Amino acid sequence: MRSSITRTAALLCALCFAAGAQAADERLVLTGSSTVAPLALEIGKRFERENPGVRVDVQSGGSSRGVNDARSGLADIGMASRALEPAEADLNADAIAMDGIGLIVHADNPVHTLDADQVRAIYTGALTNWKAVGGPDRRITVVNKAEGRSTLALFLHHFGLTNRQIRAQVVIGDNEQGIKTVAGNPGAIGYVSIGTAEFDQAQGVPIRLLPMGGIAATVDNVASGRFPLARPLNLVTTGTPGPLVRRFIAFARSERVRDLVREQFFVPLAR
Amino acid sequence: MISSANSSSSRSRVDAALRPALFALATASAALLALVLLFLAGESWPALAEGGWRRFLASDGWYPASGDFDLWPMAWATLAAATGALAIALPLGVGGAIFTRFYAPPPLAAAFRRLLGLLAGIPSVVFGLWGLTVLVPILARWQPPGTSLAAAILILALMVLPTVALTADSALAAVPPDWLAGAHALGLTRSATVLRVALPAARAGIAGGALLAAARALGETMAVLMVAGNVVQTPTGLFEPVRVLTANIALEMAYAAGTHRAALFASGLLLTALVALLAWSAARVGERTNA
Repeated sequence: MRSSITRTAALLCALCFAAGAQAADERLVLTGSSTVAPLALEIGKRFERENPGVRVDVQSGGSSRGVNDARSGLADIGMASRALEPAEADLNADAIAMDGIGLIVHADNPVHTLDADQVRAIYTGALTNWKAVGGPDRRITVVNKAEGRSTLALFLHHFGLTNRQIRAQVVIGDNEQGIKTVAGNPGAIGYVSIGTAEFDQAQGVPIRLLPMGGIAATVDNVASGRFPLARPLNLVTTGTPGPLVRRFIAFARSERVRDLVREQFFVPLAR
Repeated sequence: MISSANSSSSRSRVDAALRPALFALATASAALLALVLLFLAGESWPALAEGGWRRFLASDGWYPASGDFDLWPMAWATLAAATGALAIALPLGVGGAIFTRFYAPPPLAAAFRRLLGLLAGIPSVVFGLWGLTVLVPILARWQPPGTSLAAAILILALMVLPTVALTADSALAAVPPDWLAGAHALGLTRSATVLRVALPAARAGIAGGALLAAARALGETMAVLMVAGNVVQTPTGLFEPVRVLTANIALEMAYAAGTHRAALFASGLLLTALVALLAWSAARVGERTNA
């Protein structure tokens, strides 16, 4: 009886090794931001097609993981949906696209603009009714992002808030969930990626992007750098990347992947 | 364990091979469960070792970035959502089962059962999408923000209803026909037969189905994540947003590292403990009613 168990275990192990042995000649490993990962995956696929024998592996796990993995050498390239911090000055960051974050409200909401103090008051729970900012007598539903997302970090940083101060009624994961939540609630306010919001708005989803600091939340204003709440999508590497890594980064920044950047609702780099 | 050693006359080569093979399969499934538990404990160890288990019970809220990992509000929310869902699904499901078993004309009963089977097969994300785009806006118009404990309860009730109804139905079907015939012969009305004979006899099966449904409600992730609002707070009202343990893991796992990640595994461990407790009480209920 015991021997049959051992035999089964041995067979399982053999199968695992056989599966692991099939590897490509050259491999690029990218880890990090789950915002960048879908775009990197598409770019990787095109890169594989143009460079036979190369395999591009993309794993998501947050910007911090991307930076850490690039530094430790666990990944050839780290992905980060934010600019590098001063403590990370030992690394290189190459932007492959921009992403803007815009406040959205329901299309029926007559409030067309909010200043920074009003946004702060709404998100900290000091203002709970749209009447106070010139809207109808309706309770405000504050939509916030879940902890760990770089969108949240960027939003908090821009308005000088901490997550403890925020009094949210809904906490969401991805952009689409945020847009659906706001579209279904005339009193809701949230913040999402501008590219995604603009696309959904064009599809007839009842939401409206609010301008920030007097600048309209459009993809064009993000591309030109005028929109204040924007972030670069970076590929992070250590001091001396190898030739294959350099080739991939040059490819990811080139004209040849602009359509992929647009397909993922990000903003291509301005030329 | 029943041994086949005594019936030596029928022992064949097939038996000799079958026994170790089945033993290996049984060991493998038991080992899998043990591995899952070990993995959960191992992954949550950094958080448990660093601040002790107390940090999960007596922290100042759930702020992983600043090292506060209070699990109580989410544990209460999880229990409240599952209990609420059962409170709705149990009367509906058992009522429906009694109707199809004792009152409905056979074609209608067959159609009803097929409908429930279909309902059981709908993926949870579809319920979630429907909840987010239809149910939540309706609730929001009445009691903003709409994403709330109530929305989670309603969606979960819909999801566990087929489990409750189908298990109750088969439990009622398993009541010995002689008993029903006897009740009829004694001149009992149909309602007395149902309430005093069939229901008590099917009690164990119905309770088992309810516990199965409760386990599903505790473990459901996507649908609840989409409609519950996911704000970490102890539920104080039906229309307040809450976050359940499964949603917590799904929302933050992709972005968590270090202690935060370990804390999410600890919430998985807590959830597993809740489900294990439920399974244990299910076994106890079964024992008591069979004895």
